Amino acid sequence: MIEVRDLYKSFGAQQVLKGVNFHIEKGEAVVIIGRSGGGKSILLKHLIALLQPDAGAVLIDGEDISHKNERQLLQVRQKFGMLFQGAALFDSMTVAENVGFPLRRERKWTVQQISEKVTEALAMVELPGIENRKPSELSGGMRKRVGLARAIVYRPEIILYDEPTTGLDPVVADSIDRLIISIRERFKVTSIAVTHDMRSAGRIAQRILMLYQGKIHFTGTPEEIFKCADPVVHRFVNGISDSREHTF
Amino acid sequence: MNGFALRWIANWLQGLGQLSLLAKEVAGSIFSRKLSGRDLVYQLYFIGVKSQSVVVITGAFTGMVMAAQTFFQFHRVRIDTATLAVVSVSMASELGPVLTGLMVAGRVGASLAAELGTMRVTEQIDALRTLASHPVDYLVVPRFLATIIALPLLTVESIALGIAAAYALCVNFLGIDAAYTWHNMVKYTDVQSVEMGIIKGFIFGAMIALISCYKGMTCGEGAEGVGRATTDAVVFSSITILISNFFLTLVLNRVLWAI
Repeated sequence: MIEVRDLYKSFGAQQVLKGVNFHIEKGEAVVIIGRSGGGKSILLKHLIALLQPDAGAVLIDGEDISHKNERQLLQVRQKFGMLFQGAALFDSMTVAENVGFPLRRERKWTVQQISEKVTEALAMVELPGIENRKPSELSGGMRKRVGLARAIVYRPEIILYDEPTTGLDPVVADSIDRLIISIRERFKVTSIAVTHDMRSAGRIAQRILMLYQGKIHFTGTPEEIFKCADPVVHRFVNGISDSREHTF
Repeated sequence: MNGFALRWIANWLQGLGQLSLLAKEVAGSIFSRKLSGRDLVYQLYFIGVKSQSVVVITGAFTGMVMAAQTFFQFHRVRIDTATLAVVSVSMASELGPVLTGLMVAGRVGASLAAELGTMRVTEQIDALRTLASHPVDYLVVPRFLATIIALPLLTVESIALGIAAAYALCVNFLGIDAAYTWHNMVKYTDVQSVEMGIIKGFIFGAMIALISCYKGMTCGEGAEGVGRATTDAVVFSSITILISNFFLTLVLNRVLWAI
């Protein structure tokens, strides 16, 4: 369903992705792990064509989206929902307006229907009754949940999560992980998350990809990665620094 | 020519190209009628209605200063009653549109660039894109249309207030005969001068909106990026207004008086 072929991306002299290849099946839950600044979020943004690669291709249902223009991508992006690291809520709008935004833009729903769907989405992320609050009045965890409600309100087929638990305390992080799992099971969506939080990765992933030095270094189940003897994987999973390594 | 100058020219040409592409995208979006009426009304309120105080003060005081200076010169040669005519022609064709454009570039241009720039650095523009909304349709087009609608109206308001304030000053404080000064103003102010002011207001509005939205949507990272985009939006809008005003004056004088 999602195929990444030989993806290369540089910013100036810094080459971030150096030939990334992987394949994700429909309904699968994949977590991409890797060091901070290692290009995980860059890779995730290529999957929804927020960035264009220098070389290589991203295929969604067999269709190469990597070189389409913004207008052609509008159709493709209807399949996607995305939760951003900082939630990226529209700060000039209320929570209800944020969550209802994708429905209002479709112009096929009545005000009443939008309101019902917004209430349902907020209940799903366990935040009922906050429709009239502004994003600035919410905590970090609440903002992520509202971002998640906005990403699922129009029932996308694929949901991308950019560092879903970063900056949250362990209890809130656990509740976000539970939400990700419940949304995947309820709507049978394909989930792709990038994170460096191994606890979270172990909980939400069916398969883990490790990005290292611009390439996929390891692919396997959570059990396999925790038992892996490869020194790079072992050091990352167990949080052991390498004194010889100063840059990723 | 050294490397720095070549790089500056290359960057300038690249910016001009991207600005042209943005203008093309905006035109395409307007003709495909993807506009939300609610967004347009909100922007009209913000750009048009909320600019009233700035435009009123600028128009009125420019008109009065112009009248006072003109009177001090004309009084020596006893042509006091031509004062308002000079103010009127200047306000209609040059001062009204240029000063309104500059004031709106400062108030609205800075605000547009800062708003869109902040949306960019907080990933709100990326979020829009993931929600299958084109940022030009949703963010740029309502602001562009509101600016090109509001600026000609604000220009007319500025011209009218400038003349009215100048008239009040001439008649009540400078002792110029009301009937003669009004008669001369009507006699020497052509319709073409007012038309020129309105056309300039329209074009300046388009320039302010395009430059400011472009600067906001392409701003650099962090607070520094937003700050620089805001400054650039005001500086480039103002410079573009001043330079293009010269060429517009030459072209419009030929075109309008030829009709």
